[in-house]
Amino acid sequence: MPRVFLPPALRSLAGGQESLEMPGSTVREILAELERRHPGVQAGLCQGDGLRPGLAVCVGGAVSTLGLLQPVGPDDEVHFLPAIGGG
Amino acid sequence: MATADKRPYKVIGTRPVRHDGADKVTGRAKYGGDMRLTGMLYGAMVRSPHAHARIVSIDTSQAEALPGVRAVVTSADMPAQGDRVVELGEGAANMRHLTANILARDKVLYRGHAVAAVAADNVHIAEQAARLVRVEYEVLQPVMNVLDAMRDDAPILNDDVRTESLGAAPQSPDQSRPTNIAKHFLFEKGDVAKGFAEADLVIEHEFDTAMVHQGYIEPHNATALWNTDGRITIWMSTQGSFTARQQTAELLRVPVSSVKVVPMEIGGGFGGKISVYLPPVAALLSRKTGRPVKLQMSRADVFEATGPTPGSHMRLKLGVTRDGRITAGEAWIAFDAGAYPGSPVGMACMCVFACYDVPHGRVEGFDVCVNKPRTNAYRAPGSTHVAFAIETIVDEICEKLGLDPLEFRLKNASREGTRRVDGPVFPRIGMVETVQAIRDSQHYQSPLAGPCRGRGVASGFWFNVGMKSSVTATVNLDGTVSLIEGSTDIGGTRTSIAMQLAETLGIAAEDVNPTVVDTDSIGYTDVTGGSRVTFATGIAAVEAARDIQRQMVQRAALLWDVDPAAVKYDDGRLLGPAGKQFTFKELAAEIHQTGGPIIGSGTSSSATQGGAFGTHCVDVEVDPETGKVQILRYTIAQDAGTAIHPSYVEGQMQGGVVQGIGWALNEEYWYDDRGTMRNATYLDYRLPTCYDVPMIETMIVEVPDPQHPYGVRGVGEVPICPPPAAIANAIYHAVGVRMRRLPMSPPNLLSEILQRFQD
Repeated sequence: MPRVFLPPALRSLAGGQESLEMPGSTVREILAELERRHPGVQAGLCQGDGLRPGLAVCVGGAVSTLGLLQPVGPDDEVHFLPAIGGG
Repeated sequence: MATADKRPYKVIGTRPVRHDGADKVTGRAKYGGDMRLTGMLYGAMVRSPHAHARIVSIDTSQAEALPGVRAVVTSADMPAQGDRVVELGEGAANMRHLTANILARDKVLYRGHAVAAVAADNVHIAEQAARLVRVEYEVLQPVMNVLDAMRDDAPILNDDVRTESLGAAPQSPDQSRPTNIAKHFLFEKGDVAKGFAEADLVIEHEFDTAMVHQGYIEPHNATALWNTDGRITIWMSTQGSFTARQQTAELLRVPVSSVKVVPMEIGGGFGGKISVYLPPVAALLSRKTGRPVKLQMSRADVFEATGPTPGSHMRLKLGVTRDGRITAGEAWIAFDAGAYPGSPVGMACMCVFACYDVPHGRVEGFDVCVNKPRTNAYRAPGSTHVAFAIETIVDEICEKLGLDPLEFRLKNASREGTRRVDGPVFPRIGMVETVQAIRDSQHYQSPLAGPCRGRGVASGFWFNVGMKSSVTATVNLDGTVSLIEGSTDIGGTRTSIAMQLAETLGIAAEDVNPTVVDTDSIGYTDVTGGSRVTFATGIAAVEAARDIQRQMVQRAALLWDVDPAAVKYDDGRLLGPAGKQFTFKELAAEIHQTGGPIIGSGTSSSATQGGAFGTHCVDVEVDPETGKVQILRYTIAQDAGTAIHPSYVEGQMQGGVVQGIGWALNEEYWYDDRGTMRNATYLDYRLPTCYDVPMIETMIVEVPDPQHPYGVRGVGEVPICPPPAAIANAIYHAVGVRMRRLPMSPPNLLSEILQRFQD
């Protein structure tokens, strides 16, 4: 099952857990389930139909360009990180 | 040097003459400053003399009455933006802030902030008219230092800014007071208290770095024509024509398809030519006059009103066991974002411990508004700042424990499988290999003798990004290929992309003719930045070449009257049954008789780079009477994955090091108490020159990135990260002074040397 890592600001909503297993085959499905089990999480990560501005999702070690639509494999880790730019 | 088995490439790894070389060395290449259009007007900006003030009134009547003046614009001519946040290719932007940075609305937030603009028959009239624009200000107290700006009683720059925390729901403006602290980042891994409890030695220090400019030679420029049909064309110097198009369209609130950006040749960017400053203003002046308008910055404008890298204040703590194993790390990092939020402090937080396997870590970062220009990306944004802090602490630990600094790094280095403090696990990376390369180098193995001489080493990390690129390629009848791309060429990428196309097709690099085109002529392509072009646009070029291969196979099958499955494309040849074969050139000559043009296309959007590491070694000599530091010898080892064109890789490595030497020894924005930059010229803002640096010795390490078909890793950014720390460590070993403030300029270093003798 995919493992979702929560930003520290959200961990109190999930009993202080750094990460937790969460079913779902896309980031959207995983967040919906996360919200169902730990209400309030989604407001910190999403805005409208997408991730909050400036936030990126990293799935299976790769920063996704698909955001909430990104497929997630059963062994993938999911991280929410600041979007990375460059010079 | 190469650490991977060499694969049998024919083009990759060679050093062909760059395709744009003749135009560049003969002066025929066209830059933004070269633009001349029939009926063109010249513009000048009106800029704030104050660092922080409320605009009471703007009177443009005298300027408009001057003969030869054709139009004046102010923020009243800019469309209102509301509270929109828009994704602009390299991150999201608050449009209210972005538009206020183009032309100030109710307040000016830094000296040089644009307030109005004039278009006139020539630049002299325009400048005279700009001086006739009367702006009445209510001067406010500026706040110039990041720690001062974080105080509860600090002057507030933006009434709409509330602190956003990564992962926390946004605060309502009604529920909290305005603040200068725009963003708060927090990353935690493991149990930090436990980690420090396990340490035999804990070192903690505070560090400061100065605001530094990218120092590109070519100033910003833009020529705009707002045509009567509503279409806007912008000719400009930019790192990203598509993001420039989108920014301009969003700022003017016109459809993105009505703006065409024509990227001219670019005289440097390093992250500073991603944001737009002039194009919307030139476009508004053009709409008012019905004529093309050209705007160009002076050097002082570039310093005062574009996007340097932030200054910073950092507190860093590292714990280790007696035998040199890191047990815990903690960092507190505050960046001065400048007038509006958006410093790279989040990335700094993610980079600070990236070189090492830190079992327990905590990193906190703050993005803080101050009365300086809105900061922007600069080569590995945020990573150089934190490398200065972590790498000097590592050196101090090694000294106290009597450990070799490279052996310490090898023991603690991040490897494939190491979990970063910000969460993700590293894929295959080359940190270890760069340390080994320096350890085994002739430089590190040779003795350094003489008074006041010292040697320092440091490592650095940068993510490198992937993002989106498009390429098309057309086969010509003579067997050459015309390559069309949207990545503006800053560091020789026309050639590095052409070489990947050539390698895939099995033809010579010289038989590919690359051209960078405007936004109407190629698919969406993200910025030339983030060390991404040779990686991502390279993938698109490989895809385009494979597309051509497929079409060439079909043409050969048609000519031979065989099933395409019976034809094989092999190293620039088409091989068919019974020994039939065409060379690429032979078949290219037949394309009009076999179905017409062959055009290959390719895109890249999902690939993510594995990250780049570098390790540096420097010898310095310090003059204890003046504090001047002379670089005696400098060697850089960097993981390039696979070096497509080694000369350009070496050039990026050397260029990054020289800029890092500038950060280390001289460069800084000097502000007076009123918030006026006092060194806004190249005479007073001291960039390193060829007199300040020796030939930088380069060692290309190759640990191929599996995300790229040829193993490419971006090389443009990470070489700037280690130099300040490596030089600080060398200074310590030369004269016994630990520098924790950048720049380590003669007065700053001499002050520390004198203090040491007093102590």
